[in-house]
Parts: sequence; structure tokens; C-alpha cells
Amino acid sequence: MTLAHPRPYRQPRDTHPPLDYTGYKSTGLRAPTQRPILVPQRLTEVTGPLLVGAIGPNDHDLTRQHEGEPIGQRITVSGRVLDSDGRPVPDTLVEVWQANAAGRYAHKRDNWPAPLDPNFSGGGRVVTNSLGEYSFTTIKPGAYPWGNHHNAWRPAHIHFSLFGRAFTQRLVTQMYFPEDPLFAFDPIYRSAPEGARERMVSTFDMDTTRPEWALSYRWDIVLRGREQTPFEETHE
Amino acid sequence: MSEQLPLTPSQTVGPYLRLGLDWPKGADVVPPGTPGEIVISGTVYDGAGVPITDGLVETWQADPDGRFAHPDDPRGAVEPSVPGFLGFGRSCTDETGRWSIRTVLPGALPALDDDAEEAPHLDVSVFARGLLDRVVTRIYFAGQPGNDTDPLLAAVPAERRATLVAEKVGEAEYRFDIHLQGDRETVFLQV
Repeated sequence: MTLAHPRPYRQPRDTHPPLDYTGYKSTGLRAPTQRPILVPQRLTEVTGPLLVGAIGPNDHDLTRQHEGEPIGQRITVSGRVLDSDGRPVPDTLVEVWQANAAGRYAHKRDNWPAPLDPNFSGGGRVVTNSLGEYSFTTIKPGAYPWGNHHNAWRPAHIHFSLFGRAFTQRLVTQMYFPEDPLFAFDPIYRSAPEGARERMVSTFDMDTTRPEWALSYRWDIVLRGREQTPFEETHE
Repeated sequence: MSEQLPLTPSQTVGPYLRLGLDWPKGADVVPPGTPGEIVISGTVYDGAGVPITDGLVETWQADPDGRFAHPDDPRGAVEPSVPGFLGFGRSCTDETGRWSIRTVLPGALPALDDDAEEAPHLDVSVFARGLLDRVVTRIYFAGQPGNDTDPLLAAVPAERRATLVAEKVGEAEYRFDIHLQGDRETVFLQV
């Protein structure tokens, strides 16, 4: 039996930052200088890890991972993981990590003089349900300075890691909060093309706010969907 | 073409990725002591030849029979023939820039259409501070006869092909360094 090339995932267009975005200094010695070689998607690319690993009881609630509660504004972050055809991505692992309310990461290499919070580690993991929905509880992270240029500050953000269902769908990104005045000055946010970067900004949602408990932000994530027809020829 | 939802852009993992992405047993694609296990390790370098100590390497591969436990394998999803085989590995680079996984050699993959069979390989994603999107490459294995006819290797300029081939450095050990830039810049792929 001859197997055909699988139906490929669509190539992203006008979405991702260029690797050599010079406003972000660390790209200088790290962005590859040669163009990537476009190759057809074969079986290794249209499959991918479906594992979710062990999910701990408080992995979805970053405010309950220690003896006491962390300092900060308690929030829920929820939304859907979809592909570009609008299909939900069920049963997929979503990993998150973030700074504490003062803008400091519980990481040995983060040593800017903001307080650590003994009740906040800043890492979480959840699995989407059958409708592709995820939800976790945390505190709103703070902004923080970094060494990219004089007086550089990162807008508050939560890092997200997604697998989807195929190697080609893998995505690591950052979720931002609405109307952050630092957007205008942040090269990482601005590295994504205008018209696309706004998709990384969550929306405040009164409807899902939990009365006398937590404010709510909503954010949907869209991964590559599949072409309707099989792959034909590689062309540049 | 039907209406498409716009995609979410990629962003860098930043320097503190371990807080969210470090798995205690992430490097074990197979459990320790698995018959036929191999270790693949290497160093990730920047354009100045300096090891990258805040990176992450992920791998994805077929089992030794060349099958995937995944519904989009057109031959059907099968349980891997190696107990505990996950297909997926994840290794944060250490303070010397080294990454390492424990796995078994994947099988060759069947020919698609008019292509030749694919030689045993792993798909690789590299993430790091300074990379605004992951970069993708493949690991092939030195000495595999199928390398000469592999359709992906054939699409890579001959003088750069060696950057995709892991060197055998021990009985069950392979070395695969990743150079993000420089004379030995690894071939990266758009998939």
C-alpha cells in the first residue's frame, strides 16, 4: 500500500515575530542567520505528543500551592484552545508560568530588587476539556524592568505553552492584560506584526468574575489548522 | 477557502522557562533500563560560540517500529512496542548549555507517494531567551544506511547536511550539538 502525504497544517502568515527582530537585543547572537528550509509535513510533523503527564491537585490554582495565600489581585484566566478552522482542541496540556505581584520570578537568576513571595511559585498546568476550554486561578503578575535598553519594562504577562495535537501546532507565547501603557515601549510585544500582536491581549470579563473572590480575564488561543487538500509540491 | 480564525503569535520563552516547563523526568522518552536505550546529548551554542544555559530542547519521534501512537498515523494508532515509550522528550539546557535525553532508536518511516522511505530521525524544537519563535530541526543518526536516500536530507544542501546528523560517541551514546548561528549553523526547517 502506498501512503500519501498527509494533509498539512496551514503555514502561518502575518502572525509570528521575525526571529531577527533587532529591538529585542538577545536575538542578536541567537536568531539563525540562514532561512529555514521549507519541507513537506510528513508523519512526524502531523503527529505529536498527546500526553498530559501527572496533573497535581493545585496545578490549576497558583494561589493554593503553599501554606498561605500569595499577595496580589486574585484573578481567573480562562478561554478556549482552537485551531484556525474554529475546531476546539480537547485534552491538550496548557502550561503557564509568571512573575509574582511585584513583578519578580521565583527563579534564582531573577535578582531585581522586588520582594519574593514565599507563597507563590508561579508555575501551573491544566488540560483542556472536551470543548477545548481551560481555566486557572492565579494572581495578577506585576510589570518588571529588564536590561534590554535604558529604562526597559516588560508589561505584565503570563507565559503559555501549548502542544495542540501535532508537532506543527506547538506554540509558546505570552498573554497580556488589556490597555497596558507599556505596550508602546515593549519590543517583545511589538515584535509580533501590527494586527497580530493585539491577539495576545486578554479581555476583562465581568460575566465570569467570581463575586467577592476573583476578577476574570478571558483569552482564546488559536493554533494552526489543516489545509483542505493534500500537499502537492514544495515551492518558494 | 473557508474563513480562518487568525493565529495567536509566538513569543519568547524568556529566561525563566524552567518555572513552567521543567519536567523532572522529561528527558526520559523511555524508562531507565529499557533494552536498547540510547542517550542523545549535546550543547546549544549562540553565534559567539557561547553555550546557551537558558534554553529548552524538545524531541518527538516514532517508536522502533516506525509507528506513532497517534490517530493521524495513516496506518492507525498503535501501542508502542517498547513499554513506557512516550515519543516525546524535553530537556532544559544546564549551566554548561548541555541537553540530554534517554530514548531508543526510532524505526524508518514508510515512503509517501513517490518519496523514498525516511531514515530514522527525531523532530526537534529549540526554545530560548532571544528566540521569538521556536526553531525546528531534525536529528538523524550517523551510519544509518537510509540517510543517503532520505527525502528531507536530500532537500538540504549537501555541505550543510552533517549538521542534522548525530555523531556516535559511545556504545549507546550520540552527540548532537545545536549552533544557532556561525560557520556550523544548524539547518533549521520550516514545517
